[in-house]
Amino acid sequence: MTRPFVEIDQVAMRYGGVDGTLALEGCSMNINQGEFVAVVGPSGCGKSTLMRLVTGLWPATEGNVVVAGKEVDGPLTIAGMAFQAPTLLPWRRILSNVMLPLEVTPQHRNKLGRDRALYEARARELLRLVGLEGFDNKYPYQLSGGMQQRTSLCRALIHDPALLMLDEPFSALDVFTREDLWAVLQNVWMAKKPTVVLVTHDLREAVYLADRVLVMSSRPGRIIAERVNPLPRPRTLETTYTAEFQDLVHDLRGYIAAARSGEEVAA
Amino acid sequence: MSQIPAKISAKMSPRAQARYNAMAAAARRQRRLQTMLPWLVIIGMFAIWEVGCVAFNVPVFILPAPHDIYAAAVRWWYPLLQDSLVTLYSTMMGFGLAIVAGLLLGIAIGSSTLIYKGLYPLLIAFNSIPKVAVVPVLIIWFGIGVWPAVITAFLISFFPIVVNVATGIATVEPELKDVLRALGARPRDIILKVGLPRAMPYFFASLKIAVTVAFVGAIIAESVAPNAGIGRLMMVASSRFDVPLVFAGLLTTGLMGIVLYWIAEVIERRTTGWATRSTDQNLATGG
Repeated sequence: MTRPFVEIDQVAMRYGGVDGTLALEGCSMNINQGEFVAVVGPSGCGKSTLMRLVTGLWPATEGNVVVAGKEVDGPLTIAGMAFQAPTLLPWRRILSNVMLPLEVTPQHRNKLGRDRALYEARARELLRLVGLEGFDNKYPYQLSGGMQQRTSLCRALIHDPALLMLDEPFSALDVFTREDLWAVLQNVWMAKKPTVVLVTHDLREAVYLADRVLVMSSRPGRIIAERVNPLPRPRTLETTYTAEFQDLVHDLRGYIAAARSGEEVAA
Repeated sequence: MSQIPAKISAKMSPRAQARYNAMAAAARRQRRLQTMLPWLVIIGMFAIWEVGCVAFNVPVFILPAPHDIYAAAVRWWYPLLQDSLVTLYSTMMGFGLAIVAGLLLGIAIGSSTLIYKGLYPLLIAFNSIPKVAVVPVLIIWFGIGVWPAVITAFLISFFPIVVNVATGIATVEPELKDVLRALGARPRDIILKVGLPRAMPYFFASLKIAVTVAFVGAIIAESVAPNAGIGRLMMVASSRFDVPLVFAGLLTTGLMGIVLYWIAEVIERRTTGWATRSTDQNLATGG
């Protein structure tokens, strides 16, 4: 059996010294190459902390994080990230916003000058994939919130990251836009098969998108339950009304309720 | 765009059309008024001044009426021009130095907490020193000449630039930093790609303040160490009780300040339009 792509082993994270807040404790999980994993949990359970540990932005205070067989001891260069806020650069046009990672990531920055046309074609292809064809020359403020978030997604994907970290990327959007973007993200994932970690508090979102859903306890966070999601792909909005989908969401809701009240759950 | 395109107007009811046209006309009037208003205010101020001086028979050596000032300016136009150019020169030299130093120090302070913590108290202390108190020291160091004015202009105008550039760079969203760091970006990349462009609106806002206070600095130095420039001209004129000429000097300085401010604003609008587009857009509605 091949080694998991991301291995998190008994990780703890404490902020602000010995007496600081303990955000994570005894947190373990494995994520396989090309797998789509969602992490859900009550608010303030350290989901975002987990993202920063996996990408190497912060060091864990205890335990090990291994990505692609290598212990993480500094920021990864293979990760794409998207957050709740689109964080686009307002002075850049959409195409140039999407291409920003190529200008900084070590794998591409030297090739960008030579193969600009190639990279631009790639950015346009991504924009087409998320339904933003023809918007490459607009500025971010000329786009709606949902379109900005699509752009942010393209930016996270432009360098073909082996690992895609999404921190509640759709939570600031209205329900209809959000459901559109689920389908968009699913398409992208099925086309490129990156390893995805999606942090969310929307259980329907988790079940719609993920192969596996992990439930975190309240602070200090650790994984208290895990559900494999057998629903066939591509999933559609119709899928969300099936009994299997509803049952999964219902189960997860039970775990969250338990996590909020601090009870132990048999994983 | 004053008329509704035919394609749309065909689908609009007559009342909606009338309302659209009325709104467009109101917006046009509003914009015309906005461009004219500064001139109206300035002309109005001089008119009230003139009428007030004449009506209350104010002595010329207390407050000269605009026509007295105008006469003095015409009579002494050559020294006025020469001294203005000297002042303009020292101001621009000091201002140019302030831009270079302010940008560099602002970048350093904005991107490093260590430099910020280390230097900020000193900067604050330095900025609280009245610059007029520094001029005698500058004269001891550099002698009477153009340098005390240049350096005073520099000292007084460099602080707002540092603070603004530093603020622009220090307030880069942490998420954006994370996005870039997770790509293997070096700190230098983050400053160049995000910090600096982001700081530009702050930088230009500070330039508009800095350019006007740079004049203050240059003129302070010229008045304390009268060698040349508008400051000296005003000192000489006031010692002769030639109050109209003093006022002519003041007005000339104000005029130069407005022109430089305006130039800074044009450059700002050309280069950082993205930061002010929302107000531009609002002004454009109905037009």
